[in-house]
Amino acid sequence: MEKTSSPPIGASSNPTMLTVRFDDQVVRYFVIATVIWGFVGMLVGALIALQMPFWQANLGQYLTFGRLRPLHTNAVIFAFAGNAIFAAIYYSTQRLTKTRMYSDVMSRIHFWGWQSIIVSAAITLPLGITTSKEYAELEWPIDILIAVIWVIFAINFFMTLKIRREKHMYVALWFYIATIVTVAVLHIGNSLAIPVGLFKSYPIFAGVQDAFVQWWYGHNAVAFFLTTPFLGLMYYFLPKAAERPVFSYRLSIVHFWSLVFLYIWAGPHHLQYTSVPEWAVTLGMVFSVMLWMPSWGGMINGPFTLRGAWHKLRDSVVLKMYVIGITFYGMSTFEGPLLSVKTVNALSHYTDWTIGHVHAGALGWNGFMTFGMIYWLLPKLWKTDLWSNKLANAHFWIGTIGMLLYVMAMYSAGVTQGLMWRAFDGAGSLIYPDFMETVVQIVPMYWVRLVGGSLYLVGMMMLGLNMIMTIRNAKDKPTDAAISVPA
Amino acid sequence: MSSFLNTDGRHRTLEGWPLVFTTLTILAVLVGGTVEFLPLVLMETNRPTISTVTPYTPLELTGRDLYIREGCVSCHSQQIRPFRDEIERYGEYSKPGESIYDRPFLWGSKRTGPDLSRVGGKYPDLWHVLHLEDPRSTSPNSLMPPYNWLLSQDVNLDNLTAKMNGLRTLGTPYTDSDIEGAVQDAKAQASNIARTISASGGPQGLETKEIVAVIAYLQRMGTDLTKSQN
Repeated sequence: MEKTSSPPIGASSNPTMLTVRFDDQVVRYFVIATVIWGFVGMLVGALIALQMPFWQANLGQYLTFGRLRPLHTNAVIFAFAGNAIFAAIYYSTQRLTKTRMYSDVMSRIHFWGWQSIIVSAAITLPLGITTSKEYAELEWPIDILIAVIWVIFAINFFMTLKIRREKHMYVALWFYIATIVTVAVLHIGNSLAIPVGLFKSYPIFAGVQDAFVQWWYGHNAVAFFLTTPFLGLMYYFLPKAAERPVFSYRLSIVHFWSLVFLYIWAGPHHLQYTSVPEWAVTLGMVFSVMLWMPSWGGMINGPFTLRGAWHKLRDSVVLKMYVIGITFYGMSTFEGPLLSVKTVNALSHYTDWTIGHVHAGALGWNGFMTFGMIYWLLPKLWKTDLWSNKLANAHFWIGTIGMLLYVMAMYSAGVTQGLMWRAFDGAGSLIYPDFMETVVQIVPMYWVRLVGGSLYLVGMMMLGLNMIMTIRNAKDKPTDAAISVPA
Repeated sequence: MSSFLNTDGRHRTLEGWPLVFTTLTILAVLVGGTVEFLPLVLMETNRPTISTVTPYTPLELTGRDLYIREGCVSCHSQQIRPFRDEIERYGEYSKPGESIYDRPFLWGSKRTGPDLSRVGGKYPDLWHVLHLEDPRSTSPNSLMPPYNWLLSQDVNLDNLTAKMNGLRTLGTPYTDSDIEGAVQDAKAQASNIARTISASGGPQGLETKEIVAVIAYLQRMGTDLTKSQN
């Protein structure tokens, strides 16, 4: 690892002014890691998408769908989106607080620690070492490592806030605060377990309670790992790219507090009609419906920030990416409350509709917000032009088309199978008593999904190529940005 | 309200106090989880038990952990909803008391294959051997991958004592003699299942293999509800 050469604070020519140099090197690391892991996570996604209609693609004991599916979800959530939000946080926090990160050492421990967590996930999950709890599959030694790294990240972040040179914290920072504290609480709460071996543990809660804790965690991983940090990202990077201030300060206050308060309650909607008590799932449903409004508060603040700047979309692939990203945020946060309603959930649950929903959020919102940020950051971080704007535009279109194919295929597969499961004939017998009939029906949709997902993966590779070529065009050692502040 | 939300209002002041801001955020996120979770833990009525539901035998527990290892839960749910079509298709809907010994719960969230909550006793042991070895031999058009290594790999019973001790600490009522005799008990159940398989024309010598543990678990699933009390 190369050393960051310039001291954080140096004397400037004006004795009353200080030069503050930001740590952009760690941001470069996180950007590169985002692209690499994004490619890996989506490649595994394409493989398991192939395994569904074509079982022969299950390549032996370590590479079956059952073992690779958690690898795919962990890679795209914690490796791709995770590294992306760290890049966003390290880049914007330093600028919003007008100070370098509190500790370069902590920033690097965070980076390398996080990558080692990802590598251990990539080794243990194919080996079948798993807790089986969704998005929390990693076994207890890795869980402890995650907690330690997260705490180091938190200390570094909060100490940076402490030494800030800007009195007021901008809205992006509120969302980062919510992310950091809540993910810590969720991760620890859902990982409470007794180890019974080096790679095996049993959770302290059983059955109904375990299910409840899991979805309190699972739903809020979506909320505080895939939503709040990306809203923070949006609040910093969208106004920057559009060169317009955020549309409404009041709206950001109202939707921040209502979002962080309401989101936590919605978890039990994942357990409609199960053994979890009726009052709990009903509460989950009611709060999910209420959540629609604060979600759209954020969704509205984004595009309205573009007022008077829409013509910029013609030339800016960054803004185009953001507009698609925010549009998909709006769609999936409408669809989420819809799916939480009992009557809808009765049809959608256990089907591919859920898979379509999460991919609208992940590919549309998380993916496109990340791509927009990276295309904006590449020239700034490496101090050179983006290698190819044309390629970036092609990425935009192939990604959008791939994503649409993906979600349409899943919606139609989900609704088809859901309706077939519950179909009765006039005499009161199941029309499709053989489960296999409902599977055969949707196999063509699995192929369409594979095509859509592969197009999206090709887009990801275009981003990779653009990044590599941009970095190659850059000077050997790009300097980090600096600002002058009163001493 | 406007004095709070104005650009020079009280919220602006709050934005200058990271510690207070963070504390308020923590409080805001803790309310929901606490209000929903505490009643679930503290109130007995939220956790009804069923007298015929008993802990897994050592071999079933081993099989359950193999079910976890293979990620079966990715494609098979274990939760029958109280709908007419599901009861017709899978059997009686799932009760809260049925999963009190399930660590972790394995209800799942996706049915690429059918629900398995009441698969116990639905098929003979040999069917499961054939199905896991080559799913399409029993279920044409199935999308399931073959799990042939379950027939060749030896089942690991070494850590049974540690596992059962751990579960007992958490509240599963295993007795001392249950734990002491765990390995012997598992071997006895395994050879029973292997004998049934070979007697019905299946392969010989499966009593030491992983597949018998998986079958023990599969055949147990959902059967406690209807078994007679002894």
